[in-house]
Amino acid sequence: MATIEVDGRRYAVDGQDNLLQACLTLGLDLPYFCWHPALGSVGACRQCAVKQYRDAEDTQGTLVMACMTPAADGTRLSLEDDEARAFRAGVIEWLMVHHPHDCPVCAEGGHCHLQDMTVMTGHHRRRYRFRKRTHRNQYLGPFIAHEMNRCITCYRCVRFYRDYAGGTDLGAFGAGDNVYFGRHREGVLESAFAGNLTEVCPTGVFTDRTHAERYTRKWDLQFAPGICHQCAVGCNTSPGERHGEIRRIENRYHGEVNRFFLCDRGRFGYDYVNRADRPRRPEWRGESAEPLVLDVDAALDRGAEALRRARRVIGIGSPRASLEGNHQLCDLVGEANFSTGIAAREQDCLARMRRLNRDAGLPTPTLRDVESHDAVLVLGEDLIASAARLGLAVRQAVLGRRAALAAARDIPAWNAEAVMTLAQDARHPLFIAYPTATGLDDIAEQCLHLAPEDIARLGFAVAHAIDPAAPAVDGLDARTRAQAERIAAALLAARRPLVIGGGSLESPALVEAAGNVARALATRERRGGLTLVRREANGTGVELLGGRPLEWALDVLDEGAADAVVVLENDLYQRLPRERVDRALAAARTVIVLDHQRTPTWERAHLGLPAASFAEGDGTLVSLEGRAQRFYAVFEPRYHRPETRIHPGWRWLLALGASLERRAVPEVALDAVTRDCARRHPALAGIVEVVPGAEARVDGLKLARQPHRYSGRTALRADLDVSEPRPPQDPDTPFTFSMEGYAGHERPRREVPFAWAPGWNSPQAWNKFTDEVGGHLRGGDPGVRLLAPAADVGDHVDAIPPPFTPCADEWRLVVLPRLFGGEETSSRSAPIQARAAPATLRLAAEDARRLDAEEGDRLRVETARACVALPLHVDATLPRGLVAIPAGVAAALASGERAWLTAAPEAGEASP
Amino acid sequence: MTAPRYRSRLHQAARERRLETHPLTGWLRDDGECLGLDDYLAKDGYGVVRQVLGRQDPDDVIETLKAANVRGRGGGGFSAGVKWSLTLKGADMPRGYLVCNADEMEPGTFKDRLLLEQVPHLLLEGMILGGYANDAFYGYIFLRGEYVAAARALSRAIEEARAAGWLGRDIAGSGFDFDIALHTGAGRYICGEETALINSLEGRRANPRAKPPFPGQSGAWGRPTVVNNVETLCNVPAVLRFGADWYQGLSGARSDDGGTKLYGVSGRVHRPGLWELPMGTPAGELLDRAGGLRDGRALKAWLPGGGSTGFLLPEHLDLALDFDTIGQAGSRLGTGILALVADDQSLVALVRNLEAFFARESCGWCTPCRDGLPWAAELLRALERGDGRPGDIERLEALAADQGPGKTFCAHAPGAAMPLASAIRCFREEFERGIAAPGKEAR
Amino acid sequence: MREHLQPLASDGDGFVLDLADRRAIERERAHYAQPQAACIEALKIVQRRHGWVPDGAIIAIADTLGIGPAEVEGVATFYSLIFRRPVGRHVILLCDSSSCFLGGHEAVRDALSRQLGLDFGETTADGRFTLLPVCCLGACDGAPALMIDDDTYGPVATEDVMELLERYP
Ligand SMILES: Cc1cc2nc3c(=O)[nH]c(=O)nc-3n(C[C@H](O)[C@H](O)[C@H](O)COP(=O)(O)O)c2cc1C
Ligand code: SF4
Ligand code: FES
Repeated sequence: MATIEVDGRRYAVDGQDNLLQACLTLGLDLPYFCWHPALGSVGACRQCAVKQYRDAEDTQGTLVMACMTPAADGTRLSLEDDEARAFRAGVIEWLMVHHPHDCPVCAEGGHCHLQDMTVMTGHHRRRYRFRKRTHRNQYLGPFIAHEMNRCITCYRCVRFYRDYAGGTDLGAFGAGDNVYFGRHREGVLESAFAGNLTEVCPTGVFTDRTHAERYTRKWDLQFAPGICHQCAVGCNTSPGERHGEIRRIENRYHGEVNRFFLCDRGRFGYDYVNRADRPRRPEWRGESAEPLVLDVDAALDRGAEALRRARRVIGIGSPRASLEGNHQLCDLVGEANFSTGIAAREQDCLARMRRLNRDAGLPTPTLRDVESHDAVLVLGEDLIASAARLGLAVRQAVLGRRAALAAARDIPAWNAEAVMTLAQDARHPLFIAYPTATGLDDIAEQCLHLAPEDIARLGFAVAHAIDPAAPAVDGLDARTRAQAERIAAALLAARRPLVIGGGSLESPALVEAAGNVARALATRERRGGLTLVRREANGTGVELLGGRPLEWALDVLDEGAADAVVVLENDLYQRLPRERVDRALAAARTVIVLDHQRTPTWERAHLGLPAASFAEGDGTLVSLEGRAQRFYAVFEPRYHRPETRIHPGWRWLLALGASLERRAVPEVALDAVTRDCARRHPALAGIVEVVPGAEARVDGLKLARQPHRYSGRTALRADLDVSEPRPPQDPDTPFTFSMEGYAGHERPRREVPFAWAPGWNSPQAWNKFTDEVGGHLRGGDPGVRLLAPAADVGDHVDAIPPPFTPCADEWRLVVLPRLFGGEETSSRSAPIQARAAPATLRLAAEDARRLDAEEGDRLRVETARACVALPLHVDATLPRGLVAIPAGVAAALASGERAWLTAAPEAGEASP
Repeated sequence: MTAPRYRSRLHQAARERRLETHPLTGWLRDDGECLGLDDYLAKDGYGVVRQVLGRQDPDDVIETLKAANVRGRGGGGFSAGVKWSLTLKGADMPRGYLVCNADEMEPGTFKDRLLLEQVPHLLLEGMILGGYANDAFYGYIFLRGEYVAAARALSRAIEEARAAGWLGRDIAGSGFDFDIALHTGAGRYICGEETALINSLEGRRANPRAKPPFPGQSGAWGRPTVVNNVETLCNVPAVLRFGADWYQGLSGARSDDGGTKLYGVSGRVHRPGLWELPMGTPAGELLDRAGGLRDGRALKAWLPGGGSTGFLLPEHLDLALDFDTIGQAGSRLGTGILALVADDQSLVALVRNLEAFFARESCGWCTPCRDGLPWAAELLRALERGDGRPGDIERLEALAADQGPGKTFCAHAPGAAMPLASAIRCFREEFERGIAAPGKEAR
Repeated sequence: MREHLQPLASDGDGFVLDLADRRAIERERAHYAQPQAACIEALKIVQRRHGWVPDGAIIAIADTLGIGPAEVEGVATFYSLIFRRPVGRHVILLCDSSSCFLGGHEAVRDALSRQLGLDFGETTADGRFTLLPVCCLGACDGAPALMIDDDTYGPVATEDVMELLERYP
């Protein structure tokens, strides 16, 4: 702690901070550009100038850059000093010299940091009377639009993209007043985190291209606190809606999870919500080919009638649906008839992961906490593909060595360039074992490209090297043993080692290997962490809720032991072979499907009930760190399209249950369902603590979903009705579907739909909601952790697989997760489809030669269950004997299966 | 008519120069050719290396430099001894680098070129000694790319020295290892700024680095790094050979700054060129040596040491050319190479030329310099055309004030502000003449 | 992150580093603690052979040094003596700094412009000369000074210009 004096008032601040951080934490308004809480200071823009005085006698003072000056005890400064104010006004004036003043047509307008700072400094008249310089823009791919003329040369983009996220294809070019930020060549930005440029850039150079075609100002968007549904990391988002469409997704600050950044799948993958072909009204498919559109009551009656006639009803839940939806389905069909909707091999991994979270002795760090580990072992995960935001956190952990070295030479952590200069490429050790190259290889100390069995064996060997009580690996070759020992030594030498494993390669042995390493470390009393990657947004939660695997459900139907099935937000064809699903659904007399997408499963439904997506419904998800978090409906779909009959899955199921029992549909609100779910499933007991309930108020007010400047409300529905309707009511949450209610930052609150504070319209406004910049939300970070290690460390697992041996006429299939195109719902979004790399089949060079196949040749891979033909990509890193295909091209092909390869004809072959 | 090939030359003949009085140019051949290793050795070159390495404590070397008060000849005038004493060294510190700043691009400066082209071994000897004092294991000569002849001379000298054992492992049996590589630049004035230079050496864009940490704490590749000017380093052997008192004696009563200085004069004088003279020699003496202005013109103003120093007037000609005296007169000694402005030359045009230079050479890192200097250059162009508007001069003054030390990221912009502010201060009416008469259409 | 990429069809343009150049770059690397430091020299090596640095060379150098292509392009475009566009067979660097200004470089510039029909930054139609300004050449006692290729001249009078150019066919 340090005491500083600002304009005559004394404040206690954190002496480790710089003056800019300190002032912002105190809530003082000091303009800045090049500084960013996650990127530190470089002192380039000179916008944060303040007057500093040596002592009480010094009346003259000198200008210093607040961001480059330590908040040392006894520092005296003035923000209000005339010279400082005049200089800051001058800086803005220079920054605006070449600016096109095109706010009216700029996508940044209304949430622009440059606008905010211009207003804050009082610059309003242009004195520069000479020619402006102009730039040409680049095509940067489907996500990011580029308008270089708006650039103020703060260098934040490259500092984020290159220094923070490790991208190599965005740079600063030129010099003097002709600096250009872009790609070295026009083309798609390669980083998985490019979307953050839209928020990191303080002006409109990098904007959200997916938003451009149906652009809306921030003040005209309606927001809700969202949880990203595109993977299991659980990033907090702020989706914005207008006219019943999601128009963009912004980062929502969470002090322990995503903090300032999202990945591009999460940010740009929302378009499935807006698909024109979405089911919006109940559909009944009887004998006729054309489905019959029904109203709610009729649909419920028909559904109830069909279920009533059924001998036994099976419920198939979903790891992409909320806990409340799954719970309500389980309640409807009874626990004995409930399936999680997850395929057995994946569920097996999930169950093992849950057990390890309890008994492997190491806690799961939050994403923020991941960054403070100083040695990382990743077994069988390409994090940038399977849990991208976690990968970004691991990158910070590895780079964390720099700050540690700098501290030893009294260089403060915020002095970003100095820290990098000193530490050069010093890194904490990161070891990755994966069948092929991963998105973190560039910062890894070692990348081992191995078959899944061999990765597991390596993990078991590491565990044994750490703790001799862990089982030894039989027949381990000397090289692997040496590698294992090296990794073990690095983990033991660390203050806080982190073990990361997961289910991406669907190998139980791999999961257990990570568990043994964790146990070994725990036994050696290392205060490390264990992170286990799950695939889907609520995989962790649904596994905790419990249920049988999907195969069981299909078998029961297939065998005729049940004759009706209710499927919740789950496309079964994404999980198991087509024939098998077809057979089971054909065997059922009644198939009821609830979903927000017109999936192949939906097409097989007798009754289809249009479920809410994250945009229209609320519910609870459990992330891979075991954090239960609530997401809230962004808008009420009937407001703009009165004919729609979309409801959250849980509400449909509640109503169906009532109809079945010929009761009136009760007025049940979400909180009651959540409570009921918690009561019925002890593992989920904590979820009642997740949120302030629907009755929560701030100063007696509900919370506004719309900014107070929201415009055109009375005209929004004028095409439907000129009289202004009452805004939709929301019985389930404390939020209003309007601008009425609290939207400020002064009163601490956890659930913030959008960040806005007077004078701060840009995402930088989050600094007003946190206890310190880059800290935690003053109202507490959302969510409740459900998984914690028990006091006792469980026994080591000793089921060690034999080594993988390539076979002459048979291959081992691995299905590799991929960020774009590898996930069910985001893959239905046009921008993601445009961004996804063409799917290829990969073989080691030697194997390709053996097959006499060349790059680009179409090959057909076939397993006992299914086949697919793809062009060949010769992969220099893949071990021999493996054939790799990307996730999302052939659901029925699963990792670990035996496979056969044949040449495929050029065209006509069925491809997904 | 034929345009002459340019050759760097000193105006003092060999008989006027002795090593005891001219520690820099005492070595030079009269024919302007490069002094090879044999000739250098014949004059006991590298003798100081033998005398010091392994025999003197590095800290004593630094003490001698401090006592001699060798002030940095790159323009800043910072004591070399003090700088060296601040370099981090010790058992827990990696050995670092000694970098010679041979990026000479300061407008109006042509002194280092002479030393580089004609006595490269003197520089190498100075660097070896500097390396020893600072516990550096490697030295770089950061040479501007256009100095082609210097590059040839230096490469050859490095090879010669390495072959003769003056570079490499265990130099002269001292147990001290040190080697030198030549790094040639690719343009850009800002590379002369020591931290930008280090970034450039590392193969990056030459944006300066924030200080602290200073290069001596964390420089090239994060290791302790000393950056010194060519002329500074060339002074080191003599200081260590003859001692601090001798060095102080060279400038005698003229200045507290020790030693001699390679002074020069450019402009419309009869004999532009270089002289090695005691530190503190008055400017008037230099003007005399240069033979006065040509074409019977009178002196209007002068820059004491490059484009980034402030204008002085004829009345300042009797000032001693040393760091403190010129500093007190409101300018800076800079590189000590005078540029003279004749009374028929336009100050507005000259300042326009200077500001256009500084604007063009801004690295583009910090706002005041990147966007402020081009604006100043535009205003000056307008004034030069007679298109100025009321308020333009005040705008220029404000722009100059906003480029002050501490307001910008490095000293480039403050250097640009100096001639601008001083020119307006001394010759305001010339600028006022550039304001368009009322009614005249301004562009 | 390579495997997430959209293939960039135009990248590289089939440029291949000359073997001798690649060797020279690798030799240069040995002088420094990190490969990136050889970046500027690598650009100069390519430029020596091709006269300028073609787009494909950026990628080739990046691959050789193991750094990002944007980093190489950032460096290439920062330095004034690295040419990212084709230049003439001979490059004239005319010093336009203060001492040469006082010595009358603007007259020499005009003479060159007239002779060659060029402004700063332009190349003659026959690809013979490119005219560029340069920072103080450190030849102020020979003002106005200029360089043609590796040769420095000064003082240059306007009348000299014609004859001077003739030396560079
Ligand atoms: C914009 C700028 C350009 C500079 N150019 C040079 C230069 O070309 N040569 C030089 O020796 N010093 C130059 N300097 C000074 C260096 O930063 C540094 O102070 C000097 O090399 C230190 O050496 P010295 O202490 O021996 O003088 C420049 C400084 C600035 C701010
Ligand atoms: S003052 Fe700023 S922009 Fe100018 S050269 Fe220095 S760092 Fe670069
Ligand atoms: S925020 Fe301090 S200089 Fe940019």
